[in-house]
Amino acid sequence: MSEAPPNRVKCEISFQVNGKLVAVRSYPMERLLDVLREQLGLTGTKEGCGEGECGSCSVLVDGVLVNSCLVPVLQAKDAKIITIEGLSEGARLHALQQAFLDCGGAQCGICTPGMILAAFHLLSKKPQPTTEDIREGLSGNLCRCTGYAQIVEAVAEVGRRGTGG
Amino acid sequence: MSTSGIVGRSVPRLEGRDKVTGQARYVDDITLPGMLFGATVRSRISRGKIAKVTFGPGVDWDEFVVVSAKDIPGKNCIALIDDDEPCLTDGTVNHPEEPILLLAHPDRRLLPQAVEAVSVEYEPLPAIFSIEESEQQSQIIWGTDNVFKSYLIEKGDIDAVWAVADYIVEGEYTTGAQEQLYIENNGMIAAFDPQQGVTVWGSMQCPYYVHKSLVKLFNLPGERVRVVQTETGGAFGGKEDYPSVIAGHAALLAMKSGRPVKIAYDRMEDMVVTTKRHPSRTRHRTAVSKDGKILGGEVEFTIDGGAYKTLSPVVLSRGAIHAGGTYHWPAIRIRAKAVATNTPPQGAFRGFGAPQSLFALERHMDRIAKVVQLSPVEIRRRNFLKPGETTTTGQTVDEAVDLGKLLDRAMQLSDYSAKKERFARENKESTRKKGIGIASFLHGAGFTGSGERYLSSVVGVEGYADGSVRVLVSSTEFGQGTNTVLCQIVAEALKVRYEDVSIARPDTQEVPNSGPTVASRTVMVVGKLVQSAALGIRHTLEASGLLGAAYSAEEFRAAVRAYVAKNGKFRSLAHYEQPEDIVWDEQKYRGSAYAAYAWAVYVAEVTVDLTSYSVSVEDFVALQEVGRVLHPVLAKGQIMGGIAQGIGFALYEKVIWEKGRMQNGQMTNYIIPTSADLAPIRVYFEELGNVHGAYGAKGIGELPMDGPAPAVINAVEDALGVPFNSIPLLPEDIFDALTNKRERGELSNVTRDHR
Amino acid sequence: MRARPAEYELTAPGTLAAVLSLLAEEPGEWLPIAGGTDVMVQYSAGRLPSRKLVSIWNLPELRRIEVTPNEVRVGAGCTYTDLRQHEIVSREFVLLANAASWTGGIANQNRGTLGGNVINGSPAADSLPALLVYEAELTLVSAKRERRLAYGDFHTDYRKTRLAPDELVQSICLSRRFSEYYAHARKVGARNAQAISKVCLAALGRLADGVVDDVRLAMGSVAPVPLRLRGTERVVRGRRIKPELIELASKTAAAEIRPIDDIRSTARYRAAVAGNLVAEFLERLSSAGRQHE
Repeated sequence: MSEAPPNRVKCEISFQVNGKLVAVRSYPMERLLDVLREQLGLTGTKEGCGEGECGSCSVLVDGVLVNSCLVPVLQAKDAKIITIEGLSEGARLHALQQAFLDCGGAQCGICTPGMILAAFHLLSKKPQPTTEDIREGLSGNLCRCTGYAQIVEAVAEVGRRGTGG
Repeated sequence: MSTSGIVGRSVPRLEGRDKVTGQARYVDDITLPGMLFGATVRSRISRGKIAKVTFGPGVDWDEFVVVSAKDIPGKNCIALIDDDEPCLTDGTVNHPEEPILLLAHPDRRLLPQAVEAVSVEYEPLPAIFSIEESEQQSQIIWGTDNVFKSYLIEKGDIDAVWAVADYIVEGEYTTGAQEQLYIENNGMIAAFDPQQGVTVWGSMQCPYYVHKSLVKLFNLPGERVRVVQTETGGAFGGKEDYPSVIAGHAALLAMKSGRPVKIAYDRMEDMVVTTKRHPSRTRHRTAVSKDGKILGGEVEFTIDGGAYKTLSPVVLSRGAIHAGGTYHWPAIRIRAKAVATNTPPQGAFRGFGAPQSLFALERHMDRIAKVVQLSPVEIRRRNFLKPGETTTTGQTVDEAVDLGKLLDRAMQLSDYSAKKERFARENKESTRKKGIGIASFLHGAGFTGSGERYLSSVVGVEGYADGSVRVLVSSTEFGQGTNTVLCQIVAEALKVRYEDVSIARPDTQEVPNSGPTVASRTVMVVGKLVQSAALGIRHTLEASGLLGAAYSAEEFRAAVRAYVAKNGKFRSLAHYEQPEDIVWDEQKYRGSAYAAYAWAVYVAEVTVDLTSYSVSVEDFVALQEVGRVLHPVLAKGQIMGGIAQGIGFALYEKVIWEKGRMQNGQMTNYIIPTSADLAPIRVYFEELGNVHGAYGAKGIGELPMDGPAPAVINAVEDALGVPFNSIPLLPEDIFDALTNKRERGELSNVTRDHR
Repeated sequence: MRARPAEYELTAPGTLAAVLSLLAEEPGEWLPIAGGTDVMVQYSAGRLPSRKLVSIWNLPELRRIEVTPNEVRVGAGCTYTDLRQHEIVSREFVLLANAASWTGGIANQNRGTLGGNVINGSPAADSLPALLVYEAELTLVSAKRERRLAYGDFHTDYRKTRLAPDELVQSICLSRRFSEYYAHARKVGARNAQAISKVCLAALGRLADGVVDDVRLAMGSVAPVPLRLRGTERVVRGRRIKPELIELASKTAAAEIRPIDDIRSTARYRAAVAGNLVAEFLERLSSAGRQHE
């Protein structure tokens, strides 16, 4: 192995997370996922695959669902990011979180944060999704425990009640 | 048996709130002060000797902690059934990715390049990669004959049946490796203190398995090893024995560095190096009478265990015992063996041998049906076990299970007869061929034979100063609902509120050994012990005069508070005792193999699209008798999740091997179903109760893994009129089979072109 | 995560002109990264050779869709979600909108860009066969010049294009003359979502008095580049769709492509399915034609 490449320089990047302004000092190519987890201590967002297949790292960036393992933190500059920690307000759960509890949508829980955010994103576009809409909307989030049925049920329930916003 | 209505109700998942809010802490969410990160240097060859290890340029090696086999204080092994698997190679390599060295550094990001910078020179040896190569014994890679274990199960006079058979039906069925693909990768954090010893925290199913292996690896007394389970993101058997390997690695680095060390695999490493479901080959030879009755049969069941023994003997055992399924065999001979190959050791995956042997059996039943010219339904009906009859190991069916009625109900729910007839008619004019298939099967819950007695599980229930009670078990939660159901059981037993009961984190310093969280035993066996221990708490309070015969939940809490105030924290323990009617002969492999069986009939409806040769499952009926449903939402979740994995086993999940190494170790290339791939699965339960299980429950965690694959493949054969005996069955395989048949003139009406 | 972020430089100049200026100063030195759905996967696997990256994500000059009476110019920085949500793209270029809905899950559609698909030149990319049958033209831009190139000429070999080291794709131009065509697309992958295609077909057809007046067929994952099946088109054009023609077209297509065995599938399967997809298209074109009579 030849001489190691020179270390690059960190930069100051600021953005909003869950309504709060934060500033981090990071290498620009650090993954948003790692910055959220390691620098900001927001470990609710998970890494399942590192290749944008499993959706466990899903977050909302300016209202748009993305896989944070594929976003260089520099590209998150000035963005408004929502992670799973931002969905509940204190002790009050978001309707989706409650529905996941009621319907058995979370078993081992590791896919759950990403799955809930994907559902939140779907409901923001389609407040009354059909089962097919839900299955398509969540098709980028892999779950190994549930077989998806109780997750789909939970999202459909929130759609029916009209509390997904 | 009157209840307070907690058992039988879908109470909230105990740790659910933390999971939906992102507060649950999995091992990679945890950082300890001063923690280093660890990584593993692994073999790039399948078999051979290590000639030389060079630490390459471009890395500041002084900053790294390096551990080799020489650093192991105790025995260089992963203690399990045998001690044949080394923790780190001693210079011999028996499979690709075998661990050679361990590295640690404070900066996680430096490790991948450091691992690449260690170059290893090998003297390769010829390697073997399949059951057939192992059987040839041209290379002996384990023991004297490459055989980890063999079993012989015999019943009746098998040699006499051939002469009186009207038909002799033969078949060979194979299943491939399957990756558990828990969404949380394996990970461990370890700390070492010269006085206190080793502590590990991590993702696991069996804290006391890890404990046992660390005791041996470090040559420490049990009290100086502490194992703590962190929130675990899925396991399915893939975290039954592998955690001992990664815990040992992290602990060695912690010992050498004097700092805590975390090893957390990324997806590719986890997929490529950890255990998978054993590939299998089953050969059936069955004597059948002209009215479709099984007279007897010979079964040869062989599984590929990889390079080291690990759990192969137990997988083999369960697979062999389940090889006769739900049928009455007047005579049977089952020869089972587990063989060695130069691949990473295989391990536990939900079902544990039974999905393999039951796939073969249920496919074979459809073959028998064709030969005898009976329907798949009728062939099963005529051979179903009845109460009073005995299984292949001579165990008497002593409950009122009526498999014929179960079959009838499954057929009615799936509209089987009408659909079968309609599909046969409509398929003629369609390029989308539809089919419907059945599987009937059983799953024995708990450890086999005298296994539960050997485990000698102990559980505790403890009373606290605030009046609450806490469950003390080493049984782990990893999504299946351990926490919730055990607390439900205690709340029910004590007639208190579900909210009054908590459960301790599995920590070997805090909880007794209730056995591993495997074998569908937790609710049934451990739950029943927990029920006893809870009653023990009540008896203590009654005996001390603090509690009357009838009481409210609040009065119970007050009694506990009072007792604790006077006597300190108190606990009640319960020890497993083998029921007298469970008698097992370990030598002859005969007797009561399991305390209870759950019974099931699954029906799969498929469409095979002849444009793409893809199979989609359109409807799935899952009917099972499970003793008692303690938590409807959790029970349903277990069944549906297991069926999704079973469909993956049948149609999607292929491990692509090259020279013993998995080539498709990415989620993009190892295919599991997404939400857009699974049709609704309709789940139905029946309840016959179970004297050996908590509140009548039988184990159900693994049951749903056994039925889907044969039901689906039976349906595919129904659709195409072509038998498939190997899974996973990919579109490419269907295409090849149809093409070969067409070329040999064996096909009619199974082309895309339907002129 | 097998890369070391400390070794990488990522700059985001913020305007197209500034990016082009950088590429002109140091051609070949800077790897453009848009949504990262391809680059970041390679990076995480420790397999990204480039150490210097320039972000072209969300540049307004690239992320817009211009509609004129004759043409729709899709900016190379448009995401698949942008395509799906655009009324005219989803109405008049349904093959492209379909392909956008098949590319990964929603999260990846929100970040993956059409330009990224074009530049990577993977033969498995879902949107590229659609661009071939729509006979898209690319505008390529550098600090010095702008040029227009037929998309069909853009790929020269496996993952190789005619893009100069100082150039970016600015837009993908689609002529608005296909609304009257019958459009059909199908992707065959290992599962219904999030699958890299084993074979995919984008097809346009037009009948006049029952005769195939025009037909365009393109496929992915069957050759080193996305492939226009001109040989099969010639066999079909000017004929009536009858079973014999369908069989001939199907066989011609299977022979015209150059599929391989790889980790996802086999050459012989791909060839057979390719033939089947063409047959399926012609059957549907024929049905659609009969419905209009």
